[in-house]
Amino acid sequence: MGEGERESGIRGARTRERLSSVVVRLSGDSGDGIQVVGSQLTLATAISGAELETFPDFPAEIRAPAGTTFGVSSFQIHFADHPIHTVGDRPDVLVAFNPAALKVNLPDLREGALIILDPDSFSARALERARLRSDPRTDGTLARFRVIEIPIEARARQAAAASGVSARQAGRTKNFWALGLILWMFDRDLEPVRAWIARRFASEPQLAEANRAALDAGYAFGETAEIPLPAYAVPRAPKPPGTYRTVTGLEALAFGLLDGARNAELKLVFCSYPITPASGLFHLLAGMRGLGVTTFQAEDEIAAVCAAIGASYAGALGVTATSGPGMALKTEALTLAVATELPLVVIDVQRAGPATGMPTKTEQSDLFHALWGRPGEAPLVVLAAASPADCFAMAREAVRLAVHHMTPVILLADGFLANAAEPWRVPELSRKPEFPVRFARAGEPVSPWRRDDRGVRPWVVPGTAHRAYRITGLEKDFETGTISYDPANHARMTEARRLKVLKVAEDIPEQGCELGEPGARLAVVGWGSTYGPIADAVAAMRARGCDVAHVHLRYLWPLPANLGSLLASFGRLLVPEMNTGQLATLLRAHYLLPAEPLFNVTGRPFQVRELIGAIERALGDRP
Amino acid sequence: MTAAAVLREPKDFASEQEIRWCPGCGDYAVLRAVEKALAELGADPDRTVFVSGIGCAARFPHYLATYGFHGIHGRAPALATGIKLANPELDVWVVGGDGDMLAIGTNHLVHALRRDVDLVIMVLNNAVYGLTKGQASPTTPIGTRTPTTPLGVVEHPLSACALALAAGGRFVARALDVHQKLLPEILVRARNHPGAAMVEVLQNCVIYADGAWSHLSDKAHAADAQLILRHGEPLLFANGRKGLRLSQERVGLDVVEVGPEGPDAAGVLRHDERDPALARMLAELSPPMPVAMGVLYADPAPRTFERALREQEEDARARDPGLDLATLVRRAPTWEVSG
Repeated sequence: MGEGERESGIRGARTRERLSSVVVRLSGDSGDGIQVVGSQLTLATAISGAELETFPDFPAEIRAPAGTTFGVSSFQIHFADHPIHTVGDRPDVLVAFNPAALKVNLPDLREGALIILDPDSFSARALERARLRSDPRTDGTLARFRVIEIPIEARARQAAAASGVSARQAGRTKNFWALGLILWMFDRDLEPVRAWIARRFASEPQLAEANRAALDAGYAFGETAEIPLPAYAVPRAPKPPGTYRTVTGLEALAFGLLDGARNAELKLVFCSYPITPASGLFHLLAGMRGLGVTTFQAEDEIAAVCAAIGASYAGALGVTATSGPGMALKTEALTLAVATELPLVVIDVQRAGPATGMPTKTEQSDLFHALWGRPGEAPLVVLAAASPADCFAMAREAVRLAVHHMTPVILLADGFLANAAEPWRVPELSRKPEFPVRFARAGEPVSPWRRDDRGVRPWVVPGTAHRAYRITGLEKDFETGTISYDPANHARMTEARRLKVLKVAEDIPEQGCELGEPGARLAVVGWGSTYGPIADAVAAMRARGCDVAHVHLRYLWPLPANLGSLLASFGRLLVPEMNTGQLATLLRAHYLLPAEPLFNVTGRPFQVRELIGAIERALGDRP
Repeated sequence: MTAAAVLREPKDFASEQEIRWCPGCGDYAVLRAVEKALAELGADPDRTVFVSGIGCAARFPHYLATYGFHGIHGRAPALATGIKLANPELDVWVVGGDGDMLAIGTNHLVHALRRDVDLVIMVLNNAVYGLTKGQASPTTPIGTRTPTTPLGVVEHPLSACALALAAGGRFVARALDVHQKLLPEILVRARNHPGAAMVEVLQNCVIYADGAWSHLSDKAHAADAQLILRHGEPLLFANGRKGLRLSQERVGLDVVEVGPEGPDAAGVLRHDERDPALARMLAELSPPMPVAMGVLYADPAPRTFERALREQEEDARARDPGLDLATLVRRAPTWEVSG
């Protein structure tokens, strides 16, 4: 918890302790509805005006056996009265619905953290299922924490009984009871959650009533409890004016793709195959068919990317999304898109590998694959989104570059970005398309292979009169596009494809610093979802007066034209990545600069204190 | 499109490309049949797309004056499906060999048929890998010696027609490359069939599998070896001397001699293109039974894949008229921050 001060009660007779930031984690069985109340806590917190970041952490198993540690599902929210960019290193408050949830989360808690437990869940059988030899409540395990025991399920059952639902259903409202208590504890408004319950259970009025009653009872318990419950206030954070909503990375990707297609004046044809953690993007777009987006569930990853290529060939915006294993399968087709010089957007929501790896855990280990992982000389554009909200801008950018440079673009996201949520200022969408595509017209006497001064060929769409031509993955004659095995021509075409992609660097912004100035003693250089922890760590170090900058790459190939000179200006380069040094290796190879890698391959994002430690060491090594 | 429909000759569909198939290759005959069919259909080259994978057959698009996409091995049906998703108005044909369509890309063939994407899918089956120099394919007969099977093939060959029917294909046909009258007829019907139409062409590779289909095509025994199907007509072969009837002992077809009283008296079945059970039995016929040629099955679904998708899209739009992105992004709970 951030530094606090006591002040007299804001609501009721109690004293609320004012805090600048709090990390709360809710945890229980994967069937306990943790994610549902997590998203409602997010909403209530967002509406209160606090800054926030959230992240769900759920098991890969859909319904693992109840009460086991591998079936534990958690949701973490970090909220503050100042800008924050991570979900917080260590929870200040944990609500654990069973012994397994307590056991799994205990190592993460801050010393002195508040733990809320349901004593009725600590049966001998539950302890055994969680593989606990003794009861952590009595064996000293919780000595360093503040523990409050409340019979949550029993109280929820009592509250919900009047609605007429079964005893079992009434007991299942415990997640809303706990949410009610948390909302009281942080002085949040119940109304948005009540409204959501009414909408969600509109067709099941008894369930709606049961959940609402549990929510209200949890809140009321806080106000009237005879046990000493802590109550806090986290004031509003100052933000630029505008209309806000929360957005997950996947939502922002969907909106960004749609906005890109709209600005390019193209139909979005999204072709994909289910894979964790990318499937959520498919679900979202499939629900937007009324906007004219076509979604296609292919028979495999290869068919998905090939259908997207076919769609682009025929004049739509072909998009596919996947994760690491799917990227491997799409590789040959990506080389076809390179050879045929067709626009294509591929979204790689990275997860921990190799092979099946850890599907629900995050990693940034596909960078090399995206950059170089194709047989033959097959250059393409690689971008990376830095935060959930940034996914909107980068998806839109991926579309713009693909259609205006006739090239496949890989946009790297990851499992953390995909599912994390943060407040998003809803953009004003211009009415006029900002980067409309111009197809080659009927009868224009130009070869489909005549490049413009950027090395880009025209987009000739089947159906255009008197322009019928053949396109192939075989090497083509530079002038005519017919099959050619001529040695000099192949060298010329290889160079043409390489230069075309490199010239994209003229169409992207210069690289700047997120924080700090060129020439700083140390630059922390990152890409993708490490943005949050790096930004918070660098801000903390700068607040201590350290000369450190934060450089964050969104354009990974081609690299921004000024990146080399910018990086050379710093005294030292530290490159934290959720892999074993892929960007660091790229920067070393490309600029011959001594970039120092910092690894994290735990399947979880960096913690801010981990980065602060690394920055301290880097600055301390040298006078 | 501005140009009015122009009647074209088969030769008008030939591209300027020099053809690189081996002299005597069955693909020349198939190309001629396709040009004939396109002329007969009055196809517009500017609105026609030939899509292929990799292999000898997959060179097809280069030799036609239509739009063409020569893709990667086995994936032509997936590319073609994407083309139809983007523009359902295009006339899209897929051409592949037995390697393309029955080995590396079987999955895509099966699903294009199951979905009923409005495509003509030609499987040029020469029972061998030609472009990679003579290896066994999924349709190579047992015992055949090839560079990868020097001791002889031990695997059972796959039937493209039986596979297409099992996949839910609603137009399934077969012909030989030498069927210069029947093949264009089948192709015209395949094109006019709404939905996925699979046409297997038994085609001769003169270099690596010469004579693979000669037991069917040789004039000397063609009449005995082929059963030419006509909707509503009796299932006759051997110049009408023999026919097929339902077996009395098992579920299947038996050969029966047709006497002077005619085929009906002998119990010879009449071909019904809409009968899926009959189609499956016909697809499985192999020597010493006569091999079925022509349209085995043709029964269009009420709507094609693209049509069904478009209807869903229109319904979704009608349920939420005026929805645009600016509205959609504000559908979540929002809050205002003032300056």
